[in-house]
Amino acid sequence: MDILLQQIINGLVQGSVYALVALGYTMVYGILGLINFAHGEVVMVGAMVALSVSQLLIAAGMPPLLVLLLGLLVAVVVCMLLGYAIERIAYRPLRNAPRLAPLITAIGVSIVLQNLAMIFWGREYHAFPQLLPNNPHTLGGAVINDVQLIIVLVALAVMAGLLLLVHRSRLGRAMRAVAENPSAAALMGVDINSVISITFMLGSALAAVAGIMVSANYGIVHYYMGSILGLKAFTAAVLGGIGNLRGAMLGGLLLGLIESLGAGYIGDLSGGFFGSNYQDVFAFFVLIAVLVFRPSGLLGERVAERA
Amino acid sequence: MKLNQNSKFLLAALVLVLLALPFATDALLGRGWVRIADFALLYIMLALGLNIVVGYAGLLDLGYVAFFAVGAYCYALLGSPQFGLHLPFWIVLPLGALLACVFGVLLGAPTLRLRGDYLAIVTLGFGEIIRIFLNNLNAPANITNGPQGISMIDPIRIGGFSLGSTHELLGFTLPSVHLHYYLFLCCTLLVVFVSLRLEDSRIGRAWMAIREDEVAAEAMGINTRNIKLLAFAMGATFGGAAGGLFAGFQGFVSPESFGLMESVMVLCMVVLGGMGNISGVVLGGVLLVLLPEALRNGAGPVQQALFGKTLVDPESLRMLLFGLALIVVMLVRPAGLWPSMQRRRELIADDGVVQQEQDTVYDSSK
Repeated sequence: MDILLQQIINGLVQGSVYALVALGYTMVYGILGLINFAHGEVVMVGAMVALSVSQLLIAAGMPPLLVLLLGLLVAVVVCMLLGYAIERIAYRPLRNAPRLAPLITAIGVSIVLQNLAMIFWGREYHAFPQLLPNNPHTLGGAVINDVQLIIVLVALAVMAGLLLLVHRSRLGRAMRAVAENPSAAALMGVDINSVISITFMLGSALAAVAGIMVSANYGIVHYYMGSILGLKAFTAAVLGGIGNLRGAMLGGLLLGLIESLGAGYIGDLSGGFFGSNYQDVFAFFVLIAVLVFRPSGLLGERVAERA
Repeated sequence: MKLNQNSKFLLAALVLVLLALPFATDALLGRGWVRIADFALLYIMLALGLNIVVGYAGLLDLGYVAFFAVGAYCYALLGSPQFGLHLPFWIVLPLGALLACVFGVLLGAPTLRLRGDYLAIVTLGFGEIIRIFLNNLNAPANITNGPQGISMIDPIRIGGFSLGSTHELLGFTLPSVHLHYYLFLCCTLLVVFVSLRLEDSRIGRAWMAIREDEVAAEAMGINTRNIKLLAFAMGATFGGAAGGLFAGFQGFVSPESFGLMESVMVLCMVVLGGMGNISGVVLGGVLLVLLPEALRNGAGPVQQALFGKTLVDPESLRMLLFGLALIVVMLVRPAGLWPSMQRRRELIADDGVVQQEQDTVYDSSK
């Protein structure tokens, strides 16, 4: 029983990270119908920037909490600028081009970011400094530590904030209008270009937060960490129904749970033939299953087919 | 096909150049470059196979390399000491292609009714699944030998003639890489021929109709599901065959050769060269194999000359420049370097049409 609880806790922690990254994919897809392939690399850049800033500030002798906040601030700002630049350079000029063209530039951006990171930060794994107290709490036989608790709480807070922004503010209304029908929104006086830019920046800010969370949780940062995380987060977005904010959150949490439970129990279920090294397969099997049986995702309402 | 005097001459010149290429590169640049030429031909085959799926039928496949992997591992498992099986080339290669085809149908049948972007993600997931399985199927029962891969694969043997060793033919000394070059050249020409004929056939026209407008194509009486499945299966078959050749040529396969990056590379060849245009795809394949190699060999020395020392690791620099090239080419020529006639016409016509097509800003309906 305590193992089950432990797996659920691990799944929720990992799932919160997926959810934050998935939100970035889903917002961009909702507005532009475009898979922002470079989003995973933005997560990586966020983690890397936070790492460098905190290393600098720790060397300067600042208290850990302040270091964390400053690192978060710098990472968020850098990622927002990066998101803005990506949209401006790689996607905006191609809005009326054949559909595959922006996909290729997205792949190009992702290769460039990965290799720039490799040049700046090197190929090796970096240890992410421990900035938060890490006391374990026992909870019905399972253990959750402070960092994990904070990750889940911060993710929930950020998601609540985002929902408020999108459904209660003027900007949010503009975003929803552009997603619904860009030309009608433009006629109503919405500045489409700036709404799209802001969407990219918001998504990138969430990616920065997620990057810091994942590196604080595992204590490791690596230039290659973005791509697989991005892939799974996209899966989560599709699982929940792409273009749907609540769907991305639900999909992220579910995917985290499925992965952690699947990896925990596959050994027993398959009589030891498969081990937890198949963990990464679950995300993709879930993805294929969802697309086959419910292409619009769990919460998606839009009819997918529009030829 | 009727050829006038001029194009006959050009064709003859092209054939001569292609025939003499391995000897010329061997003499001028060294044997390593003949190997690179071999790989270029393999990639062109792969890209032409993907071109059927992406370029003709307009189905975005991001896991294409999975079929390549299926073909390669089929060859590797049946023609190596791994299981002690040494089946002949003539059985193993078609078997690999067939197996890839079966996988293509299995994956395609449930997913092809999805819209393009979703298909992209499903195929991407499928590619990853295949790779993870190849990586992990070494315990408890050792099938694929895990991350170490399978080595000592039998060389390609046609009759009693092994391509793995040097031969003397008609006064020429033909080392293994040269022999593979000629074999791959023949295969590539075959694939080009098949693609050309498909393009002009009823099926090819049906694919293009689906690419342009699926609903309209269906209204014209095309069985879109079967035709799409056919494109998918055919692309997979070519991928599987290329995989078998790869395994026989390399003598070694490991999951590392079949990552997402490989799929992306092949897709880039198709899109960068010009989707749906055979010459464009061949150009894309040649460029994307040669460019990174040239950068690999050039990036270090150029830095030495400019700054007096190696500032940036040549390997990252090469990928960095490669990524930049992808972005720049797409921004300047969104339809690829050498688009098909039809695409070119569309792009000219598009200027007027774009205003009406504002369903979504990025025109996801195309």
